[in-house]
Amino acid sequence: MKIAIASGKGGTGKTTLAVNLALSLKSEVLLLDCDVEAPNTHVFLKGEPIGNRIVTIPSPVVDEAKCNGCGECGDFCAFNAIITFGTVPVISYDMCHGCGGCVRVCPQKALKEFERRIGIIETFQCDRIKLIQGRLDVGGALSPPLIRAVCSEAKSGLAIMDAPPGTSCPVVATVREADYVILVTEPTPFGLNDLRLAVGVMRELSLPFGVVINRMDDAEDKLIEHYLEEEEIPLLAVIPNDRRIAELYAIGKPIFGSLPEYDGIFTGIMKTIHEGA
Amino acid sequence: MKIAFSAKGKDMSSIIDARFGRASGFLIYDTESREFSVVDNIFINSGQGAGIKSAETIIKAGVEVLITGDCGPKALSALRMANVRAYSVKEVSIAEALKAFEDGKLLEIKPE
Repeated sequence: MKIAIASGKGGTGKTTLAVNLALSLKSEVLLLDCDVEAPNTHVFLKGEPIGNRIVTIPSPVVDEAKCNGCGECGDFCAFNAIITFGTVPVISYDMCHGCGGCVRVCPQKALKEFERRIGIIETFQCDRIKLIQGRLDVGGALSPPLIRAVCSEAKSGLAIMDAPPGTSCPVVATVREADYVILVTEPTPFGLNDLRLAVGVMRELSLPFGVVINRMDDAEDKLIEHYLEEEEIPLLAVIPNDRRIAELYAIGKPIFGSLPEYDGIFTGIMKTIHEGA
Repeated sequence: MKIAFSAKGKDMSSIIDARFGRASGFLIYDTESREFSVVDNIFINSGQGAGIKSAETIIKAGVEVLITGDCGPKALSALRMANVRAYSVKEVSIAEALKAFEDGKLLEIKPE
């Protein structure tokens, strides 16, 4: 089973939840950090590095002797990565998604592909948890192919996927691989706004999901709960706004095991998902 | 010589569109015949690459000069490849921008 943790808004506690859920399990688990533009799960889980893998995508290169400047490659490219003006194509690699379409449509067979590096996948073993994180190369703009490579590491068994923030392609690349999605939010108008957007994505993709509210104060005005009730979305758990959690976070330590009174939150979430899914 | 303007409208009194890649359209003015034509920007809502595709559009129209608000590094490098010089102007009318260009008052946009 693959469980993705996403949020819409950044900084709501996706990585915190992912790490603590993984720690709460008694079995072996794969933890995938799919936030390849800023992977930080390794900060909270100290493990032994056990391997690196370079990730590439196929990218076009032109044979100038064969090219007649017809421009069909550029007309085909849905990502505007190729322009031609009666010349050989000018290729912007940072916009190329590696789909290979230009190579196929070229009537002169003047384009061929080479493997272009976009990032690496790092693997760590942290007791029962195998942590796999993607790291996009500096200057790289295209994360979905690397995210898909990270997701492909989950083959069987239980995997927890820590998604990037937002609701755009990198998030979709992560959650579409999942069997269940946990949306983490915070009880603020910003949190609610971005939660609505994230819920829209989950519904568009027909993914089962539930919500965790993080940093909840007693005095909070039930902003998120009212929305969840209206929309009939399951509330999986509430993590209180506790200064000790922030202090642990600041020194790179997880909640599970450090504040035993909260252990039940994480084991409870897993139990709810297993029973529901 | 042909000059491209990024334009909010479709005649010489329209205002310059400060954006290049996502300009409403392009007005192509021929300094010899003193006639102009209008090219729609079909890349205005592209997810990415609006700048270089707009550069491609005006290069294919055979222009030697672009007058716009500003343009990004990718569009600029494509324009330079085709020896098109780009000049920056405030949001004035195209007629005023043309006058300023002819008087040598516009600054060329150069790579950083």
